[in-house]
Amino acid sequence: MTRAGWWRVALVSGAVLLLEAASRWGWINPVSFIPPSKMAAAAVHILTSGQFSRDIALTLGAGAAAALLAAVFGFLGGLVLHKLPRVLRVLNPLLLSYYAVPIFVVYPMFIVLFGINRWPLIAIGFVFAVVAMAVNTLNGLQRIPRVLLRTARVARLSAAQELRLVTIPASLPYLFTGVKLVIVYAFIAVIAGEFVLSGEGIGHQIAFAYNNFDNPTMYGLMLLLLVFVGSLNTVLHAVEQRLYQRRVLREAAT
Amino acid sequence: MTAVVDDVRGGRPGGAAQPLLAFDQVTRFYQAPGKAPFHALGPVSFELQPGEFFSVVGPSGCGKSTLLDVAAGLSPPSQGSIRFDGQPVLDGVPDGVALVFQEDACFPWLNVFDNAAFAARHGGVPEAEVRRRVEHALAFMGLSSFARGYPAQLSGGMRQRVCLARAMVQRPRLMLLDEPFGALDQQTRLLMGDEVLKLWRDTGSTVMLITHSIDEAVMLSDRIGIMSARPGVFIDVVSTGWRCDRDSTITADPRFGELQSFIWTRLRGESLKALEQRP
Repeated sequence: MTRAGWWRVALVSGAVLLLEAASRWGWINPVSFIPPSKMAAAAVHILTSGQFSRDIALTLGAGAAAALLAAVFGFLGGLVLHKLPRVLRVLNPLLLSYYAVPIFVVYPMFIVLFGINRWPLIAIGFVFAVVAMAVNTLNGLQRIPRVLLRTARVARLSAAQELRLVTIPASLPYLFTGVKLVIVYAFIAVIAGEFVLSGEGIGHQIAFAYNNFDNPTMYGLMLLLLVFVGSLNTVLHAVEQRLYQRRVLREAAT
Repeated sequence: MTAVVDDVRGGRPGGAAQPLLAFDQVTRFYQAPGKAPFHALGPVSFELQPGEFFSVVGPSGCGKSTLLDVAAGLSPPSQGSIRFDGQPVLDGVPDGVALVFQEDACFPWLNVFDNAAFAARHGGVPEAEVRRRVEHALAFMGLSSFARGYPAQLSGGMRQRVCLARAMVQRPRLMLLDEPFGALDQQTRLLMGDEVLKLWRDTGSTVMLITHSIDEAVMLSDRIGIMSARPGVFIDVVSTGWRCDRDSTITADPRFGELQSFIWTRLRGESLKALEQRP
C-alpha cells in the first residue's frame, strides 16, 4: 500500500475510535449514536440471523437491474446521439440540465404506472442513472482522436469492427466513468425510493427501524450499506487503475 | 534548370505504360451549411508510375492533405476522377493503399506487435503470415526488442516507426505519407527519412509524401510536385534525378542545394499569397 493509503487507513481508524470513545464515555448521546463496535455487532447479527436477507437481496437485485439497464441504454443512447449531431444539438441543453431536475418527484408516477412492486424502484434507479451513462458515452466518443478513426478506415474495418476494435477501447476511460456513476446513482435512487415508499428492501428497513427507535438495526443496516458501497468502489477503482495504467504511462511519456 | 519537367506524368526512365495512380481534373470543394463553397483543391491532374517516390510541397493550407485524402478514398472528389491501378477510387480506401499520418496513430491499448499487425490482421491476412510479416517489419524498423512494449513507453520517433511498420505489414502497392515526420526534431527527421527510403526500396511500393519541408522532399523524392496557394494546383513538377540507393548523405551534394533553391524560388510567391489568404 502507498504512504497515502496508510494515512487514509489511519484517518478512518482514528475517526472510528474517536466515535467509539465519544459514545462510550457519553460525550455524545449513546442512545441516538451507538458505538461503532455495536454497529458492527448489529451488522454481523443481521447477516448471520438472515432476518433481512430477503430485503438485502431485493435491494441489491433492484439496484443491479437498474444499473445494468441504465448502462446498456445509456451507452446505446450516447452512441445514437453521437451519430445524429442535429438531434444532439437539440437535446444537449436538456441533457446538461437533467440533474437540476428533482427526479424523485416522478417516483409516485412510476408507482401508479407499475404498481407497488420492484419495478417502480428499478425505473427510478434507471431514470436517475441513464443520463450519466449517455453523457459520459458522448464525451468519450467526442474525444476519440480523429487519427485513430482514420486509421480504422484505412484498415477497411466494418462499422461493427470499428466499434469493437477502436471506438469502445478508445473511449473506455469515459465509459468506465459512466459505469461507475451508473452504479452509484442506481443504488442511491433504489434505496431512497425504498426509504420513501416501499414495503421491503434495505431502505425500507432503515426507515422502519428509525421510526421504531431500533437504533442497532438502523445503524447495522447503514454500516452494511457503507461496507457494500465501499467494497464496490474499491473493486471499481482497482479495475480502473488497470485500465488506465497504459494511458497514464502514455501521458508521462509525452 | 533541367530538373523541371513540363508535364505531370511519371518521369522515371522506362516508366510503365499504366500509371498506378492517376488524377484527372480532380477538384475538391467543402460546403458548410449556410456558407459559400470553400474551394480547397484543384483542378489537379497527375500520374504516379509504379515504384516512384513522389513528394508534394506547397504553402500551408494549399490543399496538400486534401489531395492525399482524396487519393486515399477518405474524401470523395467534388469533380474529376481518380484511378488506382486502373480502377476508379470512390468512397473508401482501395485495397493495396496504406497511409501514415502526421499524428501519433498508435493504439495506446495495443502493444507494438499488435499495433503493427492491426491493419493486416483485420484485413483478412492469415495469422501465421501476419506474424511473419510483423516480425520482419519490426526487425526492419529496429523495434524487435520493443514488440511487447506499449506506445506509452516509446519516443515520438519510435511510435512513428511503429506506424510505418504497420503500413509495411500491409504490403501496400501505394504508400501515402501525410507529413509523417512533422512532429519530430530535425535529426530524427533525417534518420526517419533514411528509414523511409529503405522501406521504399525493400517493399518496391510507390510512395506519395505530403510535406511542408523542402529539404525532406528533395532528399527523398524522384519527383516533387510544387503546389500553388489555395486552391492548390501543381505549378511545377521537378525531377531530382537521384539514384535509388540514396540516403540522407545526399544533403551534402551540391545539386541538393540547387534543387532546394529552385523549389523555394517557385514556392516563395505562393507562400506569400497563402499568408494573405489567412483570416
